[in-house]
Parts: sequence; C-alpha cells; structure tokens
Amino acid sequence: MTEPIFELKDIVVTVNQGTPEQINIMDHVNFAIYPGDFITILGSNGAGKSTLFNVIGGNIRVTSGQILLHNRDITNMSVERRTRFLSRVFQDPKMGTAPRMTVSENLLLSMKRGQHRGLGPRGLKQNMAQFKELTSVMNNGLEDRLNTATGKLSGGQRQALSFLMATIKRPEILLLDEHTAALDPQTSQELMNATNNQITTNHLTCLMITHHLDDALKYGNRLIVLDHGKITYDISGSEKDHLTKEELLGFFNEIES
Amino acid sequence: MSIIVSAIGQGLIWGIVGIGLFLTFRILDFPDMTVEGTFPMGAAACVAAIYHGFSPLTATLIAFGVGMIAGFVTGILYTKGKIPVLLAGILVMTAAYSVNFRIMDRANLSLFDKPSLLTGKFMDSLPNYFNSVVLGLIFVTVVSLLIIYFLQTNLGQAFIATGDNPTMARSLGISTDAMQIMGLSVSNGLIALGGALVAQNNGFADVNMGIGVIVVALASIIIGEVVFGDLTMNERLIAVTIGSILYRFVILIVLKLGFNANDLNLISAIVLALFMMFPVFEKRFRIRQTLSRGLSKHD
Repeated sequence: MTEPIFELKDIVVTVNQGTPEQINIMDHVNFAIYPGDFITILGSNGAGKSTLFNVIGGNIRVTSGQILLHNRDITNMSVERRTRFLSRVFQDPKMGTAPRMTVSENLLLSMKRGQHRGLGPRGLKQNMAQFKELTSVMNNGLEDRLNTATGKLSGGQRQALSFLMATIKRPEILLLDEHTAALDPQTSQELMNATNNQITTNHLTCLMITHHLDDALKYGNRLIVLDHGKITYDISGSEKDHLTKEELLGFFNEIES
Repeated sequence: MSIIVSAIGQGLIWGIVGIGLFLTFRILDFPDMTVEGTFPMGAAACVAAIYHGFSPLTATLIAFGVGMIAGFVTGILYTKGKIPVLLAGILVMTAAYSVNFRIMDRANLSLFDKPSLLTGKFMDSLPNYFNSVVLGLIFVTVVSLLIIYFLQTNLGQAFIATGDNPTMARSLGISTDAMQIMGLSVSNGLIALGGALVAQNNGFADVNMGIGVIVVALASIIIGEVVFGDLTMNERLIAVTIGSILYRFVILIVLKLGFNANDLNLISAIVLALFMMFPVFEKRFRIRQTLSRGLSKHD
C-alpha cells in the first residue's frame, strides 16, 4: 500500500457557532489522497465541494481535525506556505490571472509559485522560448499573444493560461474548481481534453470539481460524491470504470429523497 | 524666462511625489491619504535635522526614513488591523499633524541661512532657479531608475501582481500583506523625500503644507496618462514626471490670469477633475479623432 500524499482526519468546519443557525459545513470528513490520484468530485450546491478545496488550500480554518502532508501536521499552515505543494485553478476566469500583466509575465510569476521572490532581475526574455512552446500545447492561439495583457484575452484563453500557470511548476496536488464551467461547450470541451492530456502524461495528482456527470465518469481514476458536508461515495479503479451514468444518477436521486 | 525655469524645477521635484503616489494609487489600487501627513512630515524632519546640524543630504534621507515609518503604520493598520485603507490613511494623516508639530516644536520653521541641497559652491554658480532644476533632475532620475529596476525584479513583479489580482497573488504564494505594507512604506518614503526637497526649495517647512498634496500628485499621474495614452509600465513612470511639469505650467498660466496663490487648491482640484473627466468628454465629443483629423494632411 502506498503512503498517502495528503490526509484529512476527522475534519469539522462549523459556521455560525453558538447561534441557532449553527451548522457543520464539513462534517467529520476523513479523506486521503494517494500519488497519481485523479479524483473527480460531484455534489449538489452547498454540498461542501468548495469548502473541501478551501480546507485543503488553507483558506478556511478547520474547527477540529487534522490535516497531514506526508504524515506531517500542516493544519495551521498559511495559504501562502501551502502553495509550495499546492496549486489551484478557479472557476472564474478573472480570478486566476493578473489582468494588466501580459501572458508571459503571468507565466513568469507562476514559475516561482511558493518560492522566495527577491531583488534579482525577473529574466523574462530568457524564458520566452519556453513559454511559446508551453502555450502552443493548448491549441488556442495563446502562443501568439504572449505579450498581450491577459485582460484582453477570451475566457477560454484565460482559463487555459490559468491551467498552465497552475502546472508550470509541478504541484504535488492540483485543485481544479470547475475550471471549464464558465466557458461555452466547445471551448469547455477543448480545455477539458487538454487538461486530461496534461494530467495523465505528467502523472499529476489532481482533484477536480465538476457538475457534469459525464466528465466525472470519463476522467480520472477515482470519484467522490459530497453531500451535506460528508463524503457519501468514494469509488476508484475498475469499480469506477464500470460505473454507469444511470447508477450514478440513481445514487443522486437517493440523496435528494 | 526665470518663471518657466522655476516651474520646471518644481515640476521635477513634485514628480517624486507623483511617483510615490503612483505606487499605491495606480499599482496597488489604494486611495492612500497618508500622503497628506507624510509630505509635511518629510519637510519638517528635514528642516529640523538641518537645524540640529545634520548635513542636508543626511537630513533628506532622514525624511525618507520618517515617511517610510508613517507608511508602514498605515500598512499595519490596514493589513493586520483590518481597518479600511482609506480610513487607515486618514488616521495616520491626522496623527502626523501632531507629530509634525513635535518634530519642529512649532507650526513652521525657516531655513534662513542654513545650508540645503540647493546651496553650495556649484549650486550657487548656476543662474537663478537652475539649482532646483538640477536638484530635481538628479533626484527624479535616481528615483525613477530605482523604481523601474525594482518593478522588473521578481519581488517587483509580485508587488504588481498583488495590486492587479490579490486572490491570484496569494494562490501563487505571494504574501499580499507584505507587498502592501512594503508599497505603502516606500510610497510614503518617496512622498516625504519630495516634501524634504520642496521645503529646501521653499526655504521653510510648515505643518499645513500637506493640504492638497494628494490632488497635486494625482494631477501629475492623470495628466501624464491623458496626454500620453497607452504606455508600458516604465513609460508610465516617466510620464508622471512630465505630467508634473505640465501641471506646473497649467498653474503658471492660471496665476497669470490673475488668480492668487490662495486660489491654488481650488484650481488644482478643478484641473484634476477636468483631466479625470477627459475619457467622458472624449467619448462624447470625439476629441482625439477631431485632433488627429486636424493634424493629418489628407482630410
């Protein structure tokens, strides 16, 4: 049995503590991520998908429980420190890039994710060739717009850039928060294909929130379903391969009823 | 002639104040009111230090340090104390008024026959008002080059990213709190430095000399942007100083029309308001198109 990279142990997040509206938005969650996992995450609105990502990313303080990275306790580690092993792509194209900086400047920033940034020259020119090669993989014209401010890019190009920025320096864990949801179906599909290619060829460990049952079934080696702050379903390997949309839908109806 | 030279000299010196404000107003997207307190603080600290026997250059650097401390306080109040940045700036600005009194021990302090960066063998050998041009040119060049270099470093890029998209910056491991504190400190340091130079140029420091500083500095930034349009970051920094000189010319013309020095704050505000509304006018009256049509031969 391989050691997990990352573990959540009995995590509880309580909001509105001490008021009648007190509720556990994360309810005694135990969850382990293993190297090479590509986990798709399903759940209705308010099920706790974003909360899960915010707990992993350190944006939310847990009420109780323990977070382990390679068996080391990082429960109270700051957002900035966690970026040393973690990267994230947001749903909103506006959130993942600096709009007034150019595509290449954004990529350069992301190369130093989680590292010390000093008073040495940034070295933009030395990296241009690499950036050109890297962006051409996305097949959406990004490589011709390296000197364009990202605010002038289309949503699809911005999300493709966000994805590249999250993976340019290999993260131990990659979080994709419905990163194709804000795009039109065609662009969304293209980005999803590119995403899957990158993750499988580079053996990245990745968690992906999605609303599409098809995507959740098609991609990844593991699928979890969240409901009311709990992981109600966790399936992987050949079991997941044989799962059908009907079975999954049936499972969802069970939750609803 | 001498009045134009004087305007250029003042424009160059005030360019430093504009560059200081550019760091917070344009890059961090902060309305930082601290500047109205740090400008006279730099002036007070510099003149007081000269009085206590420090060399004018040391006194000017002390002013820079004092301004940085004030900016640092605003930064701590905003990032750690969670006070909105506008209010944090107003708090420090208000407190600075009392501090400036303490520094000088009175409401204003004149340099009289004390030395300053505008005196000395070389400066005295120059024609009238050229000393302020030389001084302003040296300082604004050094400051511009340092800031331009800084913005091209890894730290500088992290600083720009913080102002552009704090969420993204944090997700890349940039400590946005540290960047904001740094930006406020350096910005206010530069504004105090500008205050120190203005005080030496005027020959005195006054606790009330900070009123309207933010409007003058903003005018430099906005005039530069309106006149030059789309520029790179480095060009924008230089445009601030040119905007500052142009602003001095506008003031010069207005004074020629018969207004007096007490009307200056009103005029500054009107000038700034007009330039800030330029995009609206431009859309409505197609100013740029009309201008370029007037200048091209074929139309």
